[in-house]
Order: sequence, then structure tokens, then C-alpha cells
Amino acid sequence: MKLLELLGYFNYWVFAIILTVGLYAVIRKTNLIKKLIGLSIFQSAVFLMYITMDKVEGGTAPIIQTGVENQIFSNPLPQVLILTAIVVGVSTLALGLAIVVRINESYGTIEEREILDAD
Amino acid sequence: MTPETAILVALILPLGGALAIALAGRVSPNLRETVTLVTAAALIWVVWGLLPTLMAGGRPAVEISQVMPGLTIAFKVEPLGMLFAALASGLWIINSVYSIGYMRGNKEQNQTRFYTCFALALSATMGVAFAGNLFTLFLFYELLTLSTYPLVSHKGDPATVRSARVYLGVLLSTSIGLFLPAIIWTYMVAGTGDFTPGGILAGKLDDPAIGLLLGLFVFGIGKAAVMPVHRWLPAAMVAPTPVSALLHAVAVVKAGVFAITKIIVYVFGIDFLFDAPSSGWLLYMAAFTIIAASLIALRQTNIKRLLAYSTIAQLSYVVMAAAILKPLAEVGAAIHIVAHAFGKITLFFAAGAIYVASKKTELHQLRGIGRRMPWTMAAFSIGALSMIGVPPTAGFVSKWYILAGAFEADNLVAVFTIIASTALNAAYFLPILYLAWFERENSGAPEHGEAPLAAVLALCVTALLTLAFFLFNGPVIELESQVVRGFT
Amino acid sequence: MLSAPLVVLLQPRGLAWAGATVAALASFAIALALTIAVLDGQPQVYAMGGWPAPYGIALGVDAFSALVLLVVTGAGAASLLAARPSIDQQIEQERQPLFYSAWLLGLAGLVGIVVSADAFNIFVFMEISSLASYILIAGGPDRRALPAVFKYLIMGTIGATFYLIGVGLIYMMTGTLNLADMEARIGDVVDMNPILVAAGFITIGLALKAAVFPLHVWLPNAYTQAPHMVTVFLAACATKVALYVLIRFDYLVFQAKLADHEVQFALFAMPLAILGILVASAVAMFEGNLKRLLATSSVAQIGYILLGASFVSQAGLSASVMHIFNHALAKGGLFLAVACLAYHYRDLRLDQLGGAAARMPWTCAALVVCGFSLIGIPGTAGFISKWLLISAALESGPWGWGLVAVILVSSLMAVVYIWRIVEAVYFRAAVEGDSQPAEAPLQLLLVTWLVALLNIFFGLFPGVPLELANSTATLLAGFAS
Repeated sequence: MKLLELLGYFNYWVFAIILTVGLYAVIRKTNLIKKLIGLSIFQSAVFLMYITMDKVEGGTAPIIQTGVENQIFSNPLPQVLILTAIVVGVSTLALGLAIVVRINESYGTIEEREILDAD
Repeated sequence: MTPETAILVALILPLGGALAIALAGRVSPNLRETVTLVTAAALIWVVWGLLPTLMAGGRPAVEISQVMPGLTIAFKVEPLGMLFAALASGLWIINSVYSIGYMRGNKEQNQTRFYTCFALALSATMGVAFAGNLFTLFLFYELLTLSTYPLVSHKGDPATVRSARVYLGVLLSTSIGLFLPAIIWTYMVAGTGDFTPGGILAGKLDDPAIGLLLGLFVFGIGKAAVMPVHRWLPAAMVAPTPVSALLHAVAVVKAGVFAITKIIVYVFGIDFLFDAPSSGWLLYMAAFTIIAASLIALRQTNIKRLLAYSTIAQLSYVVMAAAILKPLAEVGAAIHIVAHAFGKITLFFAAGAIYVASKKTELHQLRGIGRRMPWTMAAFSIGALSMIGVPPTAGFVSKWYILAGAFEADNLVAVFTIIASTALNAAYFLPILYLAWFERENSGAPEHGEAPLAAVLALCVTALLTLAFFLFNGPVIELESQVVRGFT
Repeated sequence: MLSAPLVVLLQPRGLAWAGATVAALASFAIALALTIAVLDGQPQVYAMGGWPAPYGIALGVDAFSALVLLVVTGAGAASLLAARPSIDQQIEQERQPLFYSAWLLGLAGLVGIVVSADAFNIFVFMEISSLASYILIAGGPDRRALPAVFKYLIMGTIGATFYLIGVGLIYMMTGTLNLADMEARIGDVVDMNPILVAAGFITIGLALKAAVFPLHVWLPNAYTQAPHMVTVFLAACATKVALYVLIRFDYLVFQAKLADHEVQFALFAMPLAILGILVASAVAMFEGNLKRLLATSSVAQIGYILLGASFVSQAGLSASVMHIFNHALAKGGLFLAVACLAYHYRDLRLDQLGGAAARMPWTCAALVVCGFSLIGIPGTAGFISKWLLISAALESGPWGWGLVAVILVSSLMAVVYIWRIVEAVYFRAAVEGDSQPAEAPLQLLLVTWLVALLNIFFGLFPGVPLELANSTATLLAGFAS
């Protein structure tokens, strides 16, 4: 029972682990691209959390069909929200990468330490 | 002009004058100095115009704005403030005449900035004098500090800037660090900060707290230079002499002791404070400052530094007189503000005149200078005698009242301090007089004559005032007696 | 009137300075109108798309948001108004339209955060404004702007994501995103642990965005390297808005129903605030670059705002809200004056600025006035909030005197670092061999002086912001009790 309960939260465990992995990468890596990858992983974890929580036991996609009564839907709102969040995440990533490109142009490196040394 | 408008005009006039001076400075120095003198004369006319109202017992008041509920910018003229304002405005014009002689004689830089800041400082002084509550007092107190900073650092060389930093540092840190909390505390305890005859704190604060609050006020008002917050005063000696005269005789230090007296009389109330044992320390602190500063003055070799320490001692006279907490002594405190102003401004003018004429700044250089600069040294002697308290000078009058107050309170510490410090004053001033008048000049000393006419004229006028105050002090005493009338 | 945010939202494609400025001024005017309406006593609510709250996305303006809205739009309008000469100098001509549209996007995002009554919407707007400000900062002429902005991007995104996690957790437990609704439904939640975690995530995430010490490391570099006018804009409002959301969440949403939340919040915020105030002020005292000095001082000032909030009392809150307003005025004015200086001085290290006062007397005078306000000299706006803060500290109980001491010590530190600037521009001799700079362009100077005079005006007549701050405090504290 205990084990099952834990397994029931499987998605949340994955969320927590991915979150930590992402955060670790952001902090630990000195390569700017790798930092951004970490950031991306970190954000994906949150997406997963939102998607997980909207799942209703036995629910299907929230589409109203004629002739089907008492259909259980998954909650659509978090999905909408997370769609927005994904867009935000992608644009952040894009901007981050653009900045890295410009850093590379002006410093000739994307290693954090070398950049610090350069100034 | 109604008294209410007169208050506002007294504040705005020097402010407008400052602006006009700044503009006139671009045209020509003559115009600039004319503007200064005209402003100063107009200010006298306005401020002294308030006197009859005060004598008749009027207390004109005006409120500018309500910053926060209970916290207003308001002005109210009462005898102490009136005296201070009349004194400052009267001496400003003399100081301006002197400044013109001094600044031109020394060919100083940035003269426009000098005159502009001077006018600003006067405006702040008027604000301090007429402030109707603690908040307004604080506002103008800080403005005074800030507007005098450019004056102190006038020369602009590294040593001067360093001293000016001490000046600003001590004054700002005491006022923000101690004065401001004291004010806020008062507002929270009493619900108001208005200066009210009889005080606003009576019955609202208990014993150890009274002494603490008094301490916050006294040391927070760094301008009063009660030890150990006196360090800024000798540091400020780097300023040009007219500034020292303004700082030490008219505006800054007087604003400090004036504020303390006002707070003791109108915030605490003297009877309330007299009954609170924890406030007794103030008297001892002031007495200590008097003796200690006099002893330090005894060891000084630079004229201006000697005068600075003498000022510290004299300021504590006022604080001590206020701390005796008896009506006669409060009157003495007010009168001593005037008497010391006349005497000390004369001394500084003389020191400045000596510097302009001969570039001498040390005591030993004064040997035999009385023959070369007879007018200056005569005035210096009168000022020195007034410091000691010899009749027929102004210093005698105020000492008389303070002593009378001390006896009334049976306060032997105060009596003893006054006697001892009189001896010390004599010990450091009389040798200078002897040196100047009776010693022979060293052979081969450079030739020089009197200082520029404007400077000599100014210092003779203040010396005469010192003498005249001994004879004609009736109106002043009558005015100040109003302060204590009603709660003897 | 209700479309205030919409005007801004619909304008992000302003082609150049004129368009941007007009849009910013319009939004400022609308903010003023909204403020007047709020002062009349009526909070304004606007349901986007016609769906009533709590289902639709609602926009709402009450006293708190009105004040912050004023700050944000005012800062936007003032900095854009003055921006032209400085931006012309720092940004190439062909990139300018893009730059201004990013600016407007940032403004729109900030306004959106302020008026939004929906937790997720706040996230979206927060990211819009953050992305825009990354772009703006990256526009700085120095290549060092790039690593600075990268750091800001990483930390900002982490902050925003933390916030998102928190919002998600709350949504899980309450099923709503509307702030007011959230507050109501939290009471029904049985298991408080997720809410507690959410509170933690949201508070930390926003603290990152608001540069609360010790999460401030991105701020000094970003502000120092940004184009000068961008610094004006961001310093005046960006972190304030994050603080606004933080205070809103902690007071409106959590305080009421979460047991002991006020104690936890105070225990979390107060030490950080105190440390931030002291450490940042100390660092600023020894900083050699003018812009970085002021940026570091911002961290200390954020500490003041947080300190006021951490008293969890009405007086503390109104001090804190008031300081949001006053600090925006003072710091905005200071950075405007810096922009004036920078128009002629390329190198903003203090030892390079000798003799500036003789050449640019008006600029330096404005710098001094705003500096006084930052110190809290009476008669300036900064004094009002210091006064409120000290009164609040004294009311807050036995620790009050210690807190007063902290505030006073840091004020003295402010005296020191402001005075280093004053001495540099007034008393240090000019560096040999530089060109002879004249006064900054009139456009820049006028706005600078306008802000400087406002500092004095609100120091003497703080009626309107004070009323807003007080009603904010009543509103927030009312929820808390």
C-alpha cells in the first residue's frame, strides 16, 4: 500500500527530480549553452507538473461530443496555461541563445570563467 | 505688512536674495555685493518690524502645509526665536560688509557661491528661529547644515575638504542618528511637536526615559557642541573668517543652543524637568564641557582654534544656564546668546582682519601688533573682556543673570563652574592682550598696516555693540522675561 | 478609463521615439485618471473578454495598484520623454524602432502585472516585461552588458519558474487563479502543506525578481551596463513591481488563512531586509563606479521596502508602500542626472568626474537634490518614508529600537556614499586632457529637474501618495487580521 501510494505520485517524483537536475545544471555548468539547457529542463519540469495535475481519473480530452452524456473530462485550463508557459519558455530560450551568440561574437568564448577573465 | 506675512517674507527674502546674488554674480561683483547688502537691510527691516508685536505680547503664527496628520510645517514667533532672528539678521549685514573687505582683500575664489550660500544659510537660520514645532525646526536645522557646508569647504583643497567632511559628518550623523529619533519619540509620546509654553511632555513620560530623551536631544543637536560632539567646530576653522564669524557668532552654533533652550523650555517645560532627577546630568555635562574646553583653549597656539574652543565653552554656558531650570537662568541663557554673539563676532572679525593685513594666524606672531593695527586690536580687547565677563561689556550682563539663576537654584556646581571658567578665560585671553599691546615686535618683521576699511568698520561696530549692550539691555531682558513669565 | 492597460497593450509596435512617448504619456494620463477614481473610493475592475471573475481574466485597480501604476507609468513616461538624446548616443539609428518597441513591451508588461488580478496572468506579464528588459539591457553599448544580461536572464527565469510552481500548487488545491478567489478558497483547503510550499516558492521566486538580498547579484551589473535611460526606467519601477506582487500575495492571499504566516513572513523577510540594507549600503560606500554605486544602493532601498512590509502592521505597510513611491522618485532622478552626466562623460568612475559641477551645474544640482532625497533629508520625499518607517519600527515592539538603529546607521551610510559623489563632482579637480563638456541637452535636463522638484514637492506635500499608501495599508492589513 505504502509503495503503491508512492508510485501514485510517480509523476510528481519525476517532476521533482527533473526540476533538481535542471537547477543543478544551471548552477553548476560554466558553459553558457549548457546553462540554458539546464534552464530549459528546469522549466519542462514545471510543465510536467501542470499537465499531471489536470489529469482526472478516467478522463478524456475535453471535447463536447454529441450523444455522449456524463463524460468525464480532464481539466483543460492547466493545459491552456501551460501552452502559454511553453511559449514563454521558448522565447526565453531563444533570447538567451541570441545573447549567447552575441557574447560569442564579442568575447570569442562561451565559457563563463573566460568571460570574467576577459574584462 | 501683517506679522504673519512678515514671517514668510523673512524666510523667502534671503532665499530670493540668494537667487539674485547668484544671477548678479554673473554680471559684476559690485552688483552682487549691492544685492547682498540690500537683501540684508531688507531682512533687518522685516524681522525687526516684528519686534513691537512681540513686545505687546503677540505670538504671530502661520502654517504652511500639513505633511502628515499631526506633522505640519508651521512657524510661530516667540521671544526666544525673535531674539535669535533679530540677532542673526542684524549681524548678517555687518558680516556682509566685513566679508566684502575680507574676500576682496584675500582675492578669494568662487565669491558668488560664497555669497549665495551665505544668504541660503540665513534663510535656514530664520526658519530655525521661527519654527513652530520640532519637525519644522529639524527641517531648517538640516538645511542650515547643508547650506553651510560649501562655505566651510570654500577653499576646496584636500585638507579643507577633509575638515569639511568632519563638519558635515558630525552634524549630520548626530542629527539623523539622535535628534531625529528623539523627535519621532516625542511625537509618539506627546502626539504633537508644537512648541507650547510649559512643555508638552509633562505627565507623559517617566523618569529614566526623560533623561534619555534629553540626552538624545542634547547630543543630537550637534551644533550646540556639548562634549563629546564638539569635534566639528575646530574642524570648521578651515573656513574663511567671515564664515567662522557667521558659524560661531550668528547662525550655526547659536541655532544649536537656541534649539536646546527652546526644547527645554517649550517641549519639556522647565518645572517638569526640574522635578525629574534623571535630567540632572545635563548640567554636569555642560559644566564639564566648559572647564574642559577652556583648558584645551589654554593650550592652543592658533588664534582661530583658540577662539573655537572658547566658543565651545561659551556655548555650554548657555546649555548650562538652560539646565539650571530656573527662570532667571533661562533669561540668562537667552541673553548670553546675544552677548556671546557680539563678543565672539568681534574676536573673529579681528582675527580675520589680522590675517588679511599680515597673514598672521599664530598667537606668538601677535607680539606688538597693537601698534600696527590699533583699531583692530582695541576691538579684539573689548571682545576678549566680554568673554571674560568684565564690565562694562555684554558678557557681564549675561553672566550676572546666569549666576543669579544658579544661586536661586542653590546650584553650587554651576556657581563654581562659572567662577572657575572666568578665571580660565582670563588666563587665555589676557596674555594675548599683553602680548599685543605691551611687548615689542621682533626686529625685522614685515611691514603691514590696518586691514581694509570695510573689515575695520565692521569690527568696530560689533565692538561698540558689545559695549552698548552693557548699558542698553533693557528691551532684550524685558522680551525674554516673557518666556518665563507665568510659570516661575 | 477602464482600458488603461489596454492602451498600453495595444501599442507595442510604436515605430520610434515619438510614438513610444505618446503612448507612455497616454498611459500615464490614464493612470492618473484611474488614481483619481480610486481616490474617490471606488476600485476599478474590468473583466477581459466579458467573462466575469473568477472565470474570466480580470483586471483590477485598487489603491495599491493605483500607486504602483502611477510609479510605473510615470517612470516610463518621464524616461521616454527624456530618452531621445541619450538613446541617440548609445543605440544605432536603425535599431532604435525595435528598441523603443521593446521598451513599450516592457512598460506594458509591468502595467499588466500591476493591474492584473489573476495569478497566471501576472506570470505572463512578468515574463513579457522581463524579456523586454533583457533586450533593453542587452542594448547597452559595452560588451560587458551581455554577460550581465545573461545572468539576469538565468536568475529571472528561475524566479519566474519558482513563481509558476507556486501558482500551480495553489491552483491544484483551490482550483482558481483569481487572487481574490484564491484568498477565499484557501480557507476550505484541508491539507495546508502544499499551500505552505507554494507560499515558499512564490515568495522566493518573487524575491529573486525583486533583487532582495541575497538574491540580488544580478542587479548591480545589469543596471550598470544597461543604456542610461533604461537604467532610469528599470531602477524606478522594475523591482518595485515584483515587490508589489510579493506583498500582494503574502498579504492578500496567504496572510488571512495560513496559520502563522505573518510570523513566518516576518522571520523570513526581516533578517534579509536588515542584512540587505546594511551590506548593500556598506558595499555602496566603497564602490568606485557611479552607476554601480547607485545600483547597489537600490538593493539597500529594496531592503527598506521589505523591512516595512515585514512589520506586518498597518504603519509598516504604509511606510513600505510609501517608500516604493519615494524611492522611485529619488532613484529615478539620480539615474536621470547620471544620464545627463554620461552624455558627456564616457567613464562614470567617480575619479573621472572631477570638476563636473563647474561644467554642468544644473545637472549636478539635480543630482544633489535627489541624493538628499535618497538620504532622507527633511523636506524631500525620502524623509517622509524614513519617518514612517521609523515610527512603524518604534511601534513594532521591543525590537523597535534596534531596527531604528539599523535604519539610522544605513541613512548615515547613505550620507557617506552620496557625499562621495558630491565631493567627486564638486571638489575634485578635472582630469587632465578631457574635452570641455557643456550642459546636457535641454530635453534631458528639464525632465531631470522635473523629477528633482517632485522630490521636494512630495517631501512637503505628500498628501496624495500618502493617502493611497494608507488606504493600501488598511486594505492589506484588513485582509491580514
